[in-house]
Amino acid sequence: MSATDPAAPPERMPVSITINGNRHKLEVAPWTTLLDLLRHELELTGTKKGCDHGQCGACTVIVDGRRINSCLRLAVMADGSEVTTVEGLATNGELHPMQEAFIERDAFQCGYCTPGQLCSAVALIDEGHATTRDEIREQMSGNLCRCGAYVNIADAIEDVMAKGGQAR
Amino acid sequence: MRPFSYTRASDVGEAVAALAANDGARFIAGGTNLLDLMKYDVERPEHLIDITALPLDRIENTADGGLSIGAMVRNTDIAYDEQVAARFPLLASAILAGASPQLRNSATTGGNLRQRTRCSYFYDVSTPCNKREPGSGCPAKTGFARYHAILGASERCIATHPSDMCVGLAALGATVRVEGPEGSRSIPFSDFHRLPGDTPQVDTTLAHGEMVVAVDLPGKGFSDHYSYLKIRDRLSYAFALISVAAALDMDGDTIAEARLALGGVAHKPWRNAEAEAAMRGKPAVETTFAEAADIVLAEAETVPGNAFKPELARRTMIRALSQAAAGTPQSQSDKRIQ
Ligand SMILES: Cc1cc2nc3c(=O)[nH]c(=O)nc-3n(C[C@H](O)[C@H](O)[C@H](O)COP(=O)(O)OP(=O)(O)OC[C@H]3O[C@@H](n4cnc5c(N)ncnc54)[C@H](O)[C@@H]3O)c2cc1C
Ligand code: SF4
Ligand code: FES
Ligand code: FES
Repeated sequence: MSATDPAAPPERMPVSITINGNRHKLEVAPWTTLLDLLRHELELTGTKKGCDHGQCGACTVIVDGRRINSCLRLAVMADGSEVTTVEGLATNGELHPMQEAFIERDAFQCGYCTPGQLCSAVALIDEGHATTRDEIREQMSGNLCRCGAYVNIADAIEDVMAKGGQAR
Repeated sequence: MRPFSYTRASDVGEAVAALAANDGARFIAGGTNLLDLMKYDVERPEHLIDITALPLDRIENTADGGLSIGAMVRNTDIAYDEQVAARFPLLASAILAGASPQLRNSATTGGNLRQRTRCSYFYDVSTPCNKREPGSGCPAKTGFARYHAILGASERCIATHPSDMCVGLAALGATVRVEGPEGSRSIPFSDFHRLPGDTPQVDTTLAHGEMVVAVDLPGKGFSDHYSYLKIRDRLSYAFALISVAAALDMDGDTIAEARLALGGVAHKPWRNAEAEAAMRGKPAVETTFAEAADIVLAEAETVPGNAFKPELARRTMIRALSQAAAGTPQSQSDKRIQ
């Protein structure tokens, strides 16, 4: 739809979103997803696009303390929210304990699913609904890994839990 | 996605009026179904009304001892609500059997009720589909139909309603509360979704402009004897081939009351009053459950793609009812079926 079409919906709307602690005042098209805003407009390309349909979890980010699929969230609907992406997990150059555990346990191969796995795992610990291995597996089922690193991912999460789960 | 305009509603009446006034408008809540369908060009709204800021995000006790769940409560928050977990564990279990933690964090009560079928032809705009384009045909009848109906389907459409939560709500005898341009009304859960008949494009009995504001549960939660058993092509994060919500009220070894609802078999969560009545006053044993299952499936009809489903449904019903009777509900994390 062209900008000269009199019936065209407004091309851009103002939003204010805090991403990894930094407040961004932006203008976004209503049809831009949070995922596309992060990757294309803010160049935060840590968050990955796998399927763009809620089926893989590669786009998982934490919005106001909850993990969601950013491919199925409109950026305009994130107005006023606090978003944490994989880029925001480390603090002052120190990796998040979950990132350390993923490295320790070799919990990835190609790494494409990893940003989503990490955000999901950090949120899983905050939620506190998983204690057993079965529960960890089930609570991580929204993140697919084509390389099949599942066993090591569950190990890494167990390690962080055993150390008292220092999630933020 | 095609361009559209967007507004955020702050008042139910205002949102209802805005929707009623514009045929091309849709509500958006969690967005997990609507945005998915918009990306496939199946849904083409001109205008979205964001209803997530409406004050419909609470779970409250009702005067008759039940619970009222607001339309904007996220699926996760229902499943882990203390009252729901303690008094209506069948509902919590059904919700946790569906989708993924991320999706349940976004998905709302209202959106879950109104999510559309997962029929792959419905999703693919390059194929005919009577639900998407009335009169164009139904390729599922001779094609891929694992997720398709065996009960209550029509010549025109054999799609199923994909929700797990709704199967739990159907078994519990919930009521849907609606606000519309003409005022408010209550719809018994079994009348909310409809059968396809000659108009498969219509999923529910809601009129354009009406908003789901809450789902009310009556007091009886069957928390001692229930099970939600979902059979699917992979153990998690997959839609049901067959799912069964079973709930029993036991008087010693005798069934005082039985509830049985099925997902994955019809255009709506499927209940059969005759099958439930047949279990009343009977011992809670496999023969009782098998008789009830036979009543449910008496009118089952299959297409080549789903010929396996009546037997799978029969076995799933018997197993879920046995789990309910034993007081050992299916775990949604330990996937072994006992
Ligand atoms: C990959 C994937 C896997 C899934 N697996 C499962 C599964 O296993 N089991 C399962 O049950 N579900 C599953 N789902 C579906 C999920 O449960 C639904 O997408 C979700 O419940 C929809 O809720 P929402 O709030 O996001 O709805 P939206 O997408 O916001 O809305 C859906 C529809 O409802 C309408 N609507 C929303 N709120 C209201 C209201 N209050 N009143 C009237 N109309 C309203 C909207 O206009 C729209 O037409 C899956 C989804 C995905 C993407
Ligand atoms: S089953 Fe219904 S939704 Fe699927 S192709 Fe046939 S008409 Fe369309
Ligand atoms: S990219 Fe969002 S779930 Fe796959
Ligand atoms: S590490 Fe390659 S997809 Fe998970």
